[in-house]
Amino acid sequence: MKLSILSLSIFAAIGFNTATAFSAPESDTEVAARKAALDLAGAFSNEGFKMRDGHWSGTIKPHEHALIAVNLYAGNQYWFSVGATEPAKKIAVNVYDETGKLVQTEDYNEGEKAAAGFSPTSSGQYYVLVDLVEGSESSVCLVYSYK
Amino acid sequence: MRRVRQFFALTFLLGCCVVIGAEPARLPAEQLAKAIRNDAISIPTPGELFAALEKPGKPNWVGQMRGPVATTYKNRPQIALNLGSLIADGFIAVEAKDSQQVKNIGTDIIKLAKALGVSENVLSRGNSINEFAENDEWDALQEELEATQNEVKSSMQSHRDQDLIILVSVGGWIRGTQAVSAAVMQNYDERAAKVLRQPALVNFIQSKLNDISPDVRDEPLIKEVSGELPGIEKLVTFPVGKAPTADEVRKVNEAVGKVMSRIQAKEAK
Repeated sequence: MKLSILSLSIFAAIGFNTATAFSAPESDTEVAARKAALDLAGAFSNEGFKMRDGHWSGTIKPHEHALIAVNLYAGNQYWFSVGATEPAKKIAVNVYDETGKLVQTEDYNEGEKAAAGFSPTSSGQYYVLVDLVEGSESSVCLVYSYK
Repeated sequence: MRRVRQFFALTFLLGCCVVIGAEPARLPAEQLAKAIRNDAISIPTPGELFAALEKPGKPNWVGQMRGPVATTYKNRPQIALNLGSLIADGFIAVEAKDSQQVKNIGTDIIKLAKALGVSENVLSRGNSINEFAENDEWDALQEELEATQNEVKSSMQSHRDQDLIILVSVGGWIRGTQAVSAAVMQNYDERAAKVLRQPALVNFIQSKLNDISPDVRDEPLIKEVSGELPGIEKLVTFPVGKAPTADEVRKVNEAVGKVMSRIQAKEAK
């Protein structure tokens, strides 16, 4: 995966402005986690991915996880980007199909940021599993991009 | 000593079998059932659906545009459903690169949003839509439409109109599915037809509709839409990896078309 630091910051600014949440007010750490996720997702814009204007934010404890259901379309390519805040040290993202089977993904990990990309061959429900591998309880945010 | 060697050899062989045949652990069904599902991330946008449809070849987007819909509804749930469907129309007009149509739809979206009493932030989106349409900025228009939809939902949330949020998504999904199934029918392609497989999504929409307050749920139009969803769920349940036939696509189109006609009917019964 080609990640350019410059493009990260440029697209982060764009992404942050265009993303609108309609959930409850977010805490400062949730906002920071969202910015981290958008920073990472912004890099995929260089490769023609459009960022979906919606996200999931929450808190996870060490060795716990969050499982988020998404509905995807065969033919599209997707990247699921997750950002966390200190004290998270390492997070992981995995994707499972509707039967709970692990899907083969292209992965990117950079401490408190991680992403998983794949192209579903079948439309339907998939699950994104976010793990806090190292560090203490942290805010995390998931966004996704498609093309 | 010989028995000890045999024991270790057997253990080693068994270990190898386990490793070779090992599959990553599956998530159990109970865990999948408890997964987080919400409108903001679990319901795809019309843009995602249309992007997938375009992969095998550009569909006839102009042919999927419909005439103007009424913007004078009095019934708030009906307004929310139509608002969602109009946003999907905006995406169709963007795909068709029809800037005048985008501007017309943008104006109608704002009329319906005003009727629901949403915030000024949403109303200013109308100006941006016009500006982007004037300059043929199609990518920006898609983002603006998505942002408009989310702004409408955000405003509903703050106005304690939470029941209407899912109705905006339902309207968008029904109109999007109507347009996509019609496009597939016009030029059948197995790869394009595969996008119609979304049983879990319809099931999620049904569960959200069951959660809304009884006064909205008991509106005749909402009852009618809810009543059609189990049938639609069956129609979009195809085996994994198998594309629906042209006839199956036609059935989906008829079912969502029927619901769409009710949603846009001038007077909700």
